[in-house]
Amino acid sequence: MEDIRYLENKAREIRRTIVEMIYKARSGHIGGSLSSVDILVALYYKVLKINPKNPNWPDRDRFILSKGHSVEGYYAILADLGFIEKKELETYCKFNSRLTGHPTVKLPGVEANTGSLGHGLSIGVGMALAGKMDAKEYKVYVLMGDGEQAEGSIWEAGMSASHYRLDNLVGIIDRNRLQIGGSTESVMSLEDLSDKWKAFGWSVVETDGHNIKELLDVLENIPITPGKPTLIIAHTVKGKGVSFIENKAEWHHRIPTDEEFAKMMEELS
Amino acid sequence: MSQKVLLPSRKVFSDVLFELAKKDKEIIVLTSDSRGSASVENFAKYLPEQFIDVGIAEQNLVSIASGLAGCGKKPFVFSPACFLTTRSIEQIKIDVAYTNRNVKLIGVSGGVSYGPLGSTHHALEDIAFMRAIPNMTVVLPSDTNQVRVLVEKLILYTGPVYVRIGRNPIEEVYSSENIQFEIGKGNILLDGDEVTIIATGEMVKTAYDAGILLRSKGIYARVVDMHTIKPIDEELIIESAKKTKFIVTIEEHNIRGGLGSAVAEVTAQNFPVKMIILGIPDEFSITGSQKEILEYYGLTSENICGAILRELKEG
Repeated sequence: MEDIRYLENKAREIRRTIVEMIYKARSGHIGGSLSSVDILVALYYKVLKINPKNPNWPDRDRFILSKGHSVEGYYAILADLGFIEKKELETYCKFNSRLTGHPTVKLPGVEANTGSLGHGLSIGVGMALAGKMDAKEYKVYVLMGDGEQAEGSIWEAGMSASHYRLDNLVGIIDRNRLQIGGSTESVMSLEDLSDKWKAFGWSVVETDGHNIKELLDVLENIPITPGKPTLIIAHTVKGKGVSFIENKAEWHHRIPTDEEFAKMMEELS
Repeated sequence: MSQKVLLPSRKVFSDVLFELAKKDKEIIVLTSDSRGSASVENFAKYLPEQFIDVGIAEQNLVSIASGLAGCGKKPFVFSPACFLTTRSIEQIKIDVAYTNRNVKLIGVSGGVSYGPLGSTHHALEDIAFMRAIPNMTVVLPSDTNQVRVLVEKLILYTGPVYVRIGRNPIEEVYSSENIQFEIGKGNILLDGDEVTIIATGEMVKTAYDAGILLRSKGIYARVVDMHTIKPIDEELIIESAKKTKFIVTIEEHNIRGGLGSAVAEVTAQNFPVKMIILGIPDEFSITGSQKEILEYYGLTSENICGAILRELKEG
């Protein structure tokens, strides 16, 4: 319980950093960053076997942010854990910064350059295959968006992961039900998403993507089915943590005004 | 002299890589249901643990290779050049080049090798696409002897490389004892001071034959095998521009964006000379056998010779 409270506080702290980074940089994707925070916190503070002092440790778990636009929380966590200095967060989206609007491997701890959707899961398949070839214990976690599920390449990756029996691969969908143009179901319907992934040979679990305890119950019991890749549909709320932007598609990448920023920070204090 | 059996580059590439892969378990061959056209059946049969066939899914093919390379593997991706460089171009740009992963992309059956199958199967824009991507090295070996050396060099070279090879058996340019090959350094096959002919890939033999034909008419041409289009051998191009009266380029590629363009970028900015760019015109190619198509567009030694004679007379 202590642990969970610590992680919940950490998530609140990361949310504040996200809002600050976006407000200061006048750039970023606030809605999807806030929806994925609890997933990232559960992974980075509890699940992933990683070493900030040795980011290229060969036996490390791999994490790929396939929804590369939700980068602010990712950077905030990498800084908090010591992969980069916290001071560097101030350079986010500034001229010649390593902290670009979508992550790159120039930054210690980042495993793949992402930002164009639909690539991350395939890269994860490659990393999971390498792990199997080398009989390593590490796991590969890929965080995808729900809008991203419309990319055909996702399904190429999905088909191959079950074909190769990659039970060391975990796909997580940040199911916030919104994309830039509106609700996912109105833009390009995804449901039944669970059945789709099951049909592709994955073990599918649905969970509350903001309940850290629930997330950990799943993430700490991978693989769900030996011999099968795991797909977690994490039900989330876009803009989670700031009431007046929650579930609003227009907050996909809106930048808060001074007034809105103050209100956001107040809610997250 | 007994007639030597000619081999296609893809077969030689695969055989050399197979021998190396037996000793180096990090070498992984990937295909997209193209094990036959890439001649990599040996891997499937004898080194299955180093062989991945992703099925007909070129995007997944390239991204998986990127993931493997990110974990220290040495992936060699084989797929028809037409699909590899267009269907998966974004995966090549981002997951291979931008991420700067050690992935070797082998476009087989390049150019109009697949002749009668039509423009879906022709790769006549691959050089243009690949050379516009930062971090990418682009190589078109000219014969099987060069392929042998290239494969060994590729193992030692860390970083993204695109190699285009053809489908059909090809004549030799080099003898097996006499191969000079360094990525980024063009080879002078014949020297002369009237004109420079620069060719790449499987057009090099045609260029060489044109050079010999010109000699029989008392005209001395420099013939260059520009196997590496990126990084291109600027020094050799500038030196040739200064030494000879004009430059002719010849390639099995659209005349926009390929070897001719790459050479012109160098001459135009350093030592402008007249150039004749020979290749496939900017149109979807006529169908026929590879030989018929190349002849139709004038990519023959006789035609190169004729173009040079005309230019020397009029120029």
